[in-house]
Amino acid sequence: MLLLRCPHCGERAETEFSYGGEAGIQRPPDPAGLSDAEWADYLFNRKNPRGAHAELWNHALGCRRWFIVQRDTVNYRISESHEL
Amino acid sequence: MKKYSAFSLLRNAISYNQNWQTAWRKPAPQRRYDVVIVGGGGHGLATAYYLAKEHGVRNIAVLEKGWIGGGNTGRNTTIVRSNYLWTEASLLYEKSLKLWESLSQELNYNVMFSQRGVYNLGHSLQDMRDIKRRVGANRLNGIDAEVVTAAQIKQAIPLIDTSLTARYPILGASLQRRAGVARHDAVAWGFARAADAYGVDIIEQCEVTGINRVDGKVTGVETTRGAIDAPKIGVVVAGHASVLAEMAGLRLPIESHPLQAFVSEPLKPVLDTVVMSGAVHGYISQSDKGELVIGAGIDAYNGYGQRGSFQTIEHTMEAIVALFPVFSRVRMLRQWGGIVDVCPDACPIISKTPVGGLYFNCGWGTGGFKATPGSGWAFAHTIAQDRPHELNAAFDLQRFTSGALIDEHGAAAVAH
Repeated sequence: MLLLRCPHCGERAETEFSYGGEAGIQRPPDPAGLSDAEWADYLFNRKNPRGAHAELWNHALGCRRWFIVQRDTVNYRISESHEL
Repeated sequence: MKKYSAFSLLRNAISYNQNWQTAWRKPAPQRRYDVVIVGGGGHGLATAYYLAKEHGVRNIAVLEKGWIGGGNTGRNTTIVRSNYLWTEASLLYEKSLKLWESLSQELNYNVMFSQRGVYNLGHSLQDMRDIKRRVGANRLNGIDAEVVTAAQIKQAIPLIDTSLTARYPILGASLQRRAGVARHDAVAWGFARAADAYGVDIIEQCEVTGINRVDGKVTGVETTRGAIDAPKIGVVVAGHASVLAEMAGLRLPIESHPLQAFVSEPLKPVLDTVVMSGAVHGYISQSDKGELVIGAGIDAYNGYGQRGSFQTIEHTMEAIVALFPVFSRVRMLRQWGGIVDVCPDACPIISKTPVGGLYFNCGWGTGGFKATPGSGWAFAHTIAQDRPHELNAAFDLQRFTSGALIDEHGAAAVAH
């Protein structure tokens, strides 16, 4: 089980959190102006790296705020977590 | 290849088992091949076998970074079925199931395919509506399926708790009698031996580190055992699909997650079929060795670590014990994780890519084992003909741009 550090509540067990996937994906400001391929890239394609990953977590059973965690996807080590 | 038979058993017994032929060679990589398959799991080996057998391609290499069948092929719960909801998916899985039915004879290798039936349990009125819909869809596609009542389930599986006071009351199930289990290692070894007999070079301990391209076409791969040239490269590496895609400058709609499974200590025969429940995230069967084989749901986070979190194990065990109270004191022997490549629509990608000569077979998520022969068969066609077979045309990478997704999230016994 991961031990995640919520920036507001401190270290808590993974079961208090829900996972939000890759961080830093911006919704395109003008979706109608995009090609189908560009829209699909925003909607579906992900980096899914083997190694360092910036990801979103939500403290669902705590303060219910979203924050960003830097985690290694191979050894699961967390190097930092900070507010959005 | 010397055939395995009762006669060969006798002949080798007489010579004190000193003269068995090696099942597959260990060749050094050549400088050039017509087709390179990256990934020596069941799907990759099946692809090489059908390329050689159905399409006459002889100069093939299968590159495996570890040992063959050491990834997800050896890390699953070995369930084979074809009761998917949508026509595109069910026909692909049914093709695979038909290949399973004659696979031991075809490969001259006992893959121990046992059609012991698979029950998909329903725990609510909505579950039962979905089951009836899926069974109807299966029958329209010529796939055997039936709806069974709780009383019929209790009669077939005496240990299951079908009382209405159960934590997860069982209202009924879908049953596919032709479904079952197979021996996972034997599938990899059988395909390897049969492909090797066609001259396919199976090269283990050979990790691909780069994909070489010129003018938008592949020219070969860089590996830990040197560069290998090939005009066609088929990538079938399950959880590492995104890593290989990045080497070719591609992005995929895939996220890799740990998926865990467990086996118990061996028991006397107690369960002669397969029981799956999507609602409670658990599935269970009993192996020929007597171990209970239990599968869990995926861990929520992206991971390549081949291990998951303990609460997933606990959650699955709770569900299994609720369904089978008698198993509450059975001890688990082993637990392991595989890395599954999950697609947004829970369906695979068997496809050409924007890079010429580069083909991807990935996105099988939590349900790739059952598809091993069918996946290899369709992927071999796609590579050899440079266009998909009609069975896998809908599983093109383009579907994420066109929007023609095949939403099979409800068809897995475990929600993806």
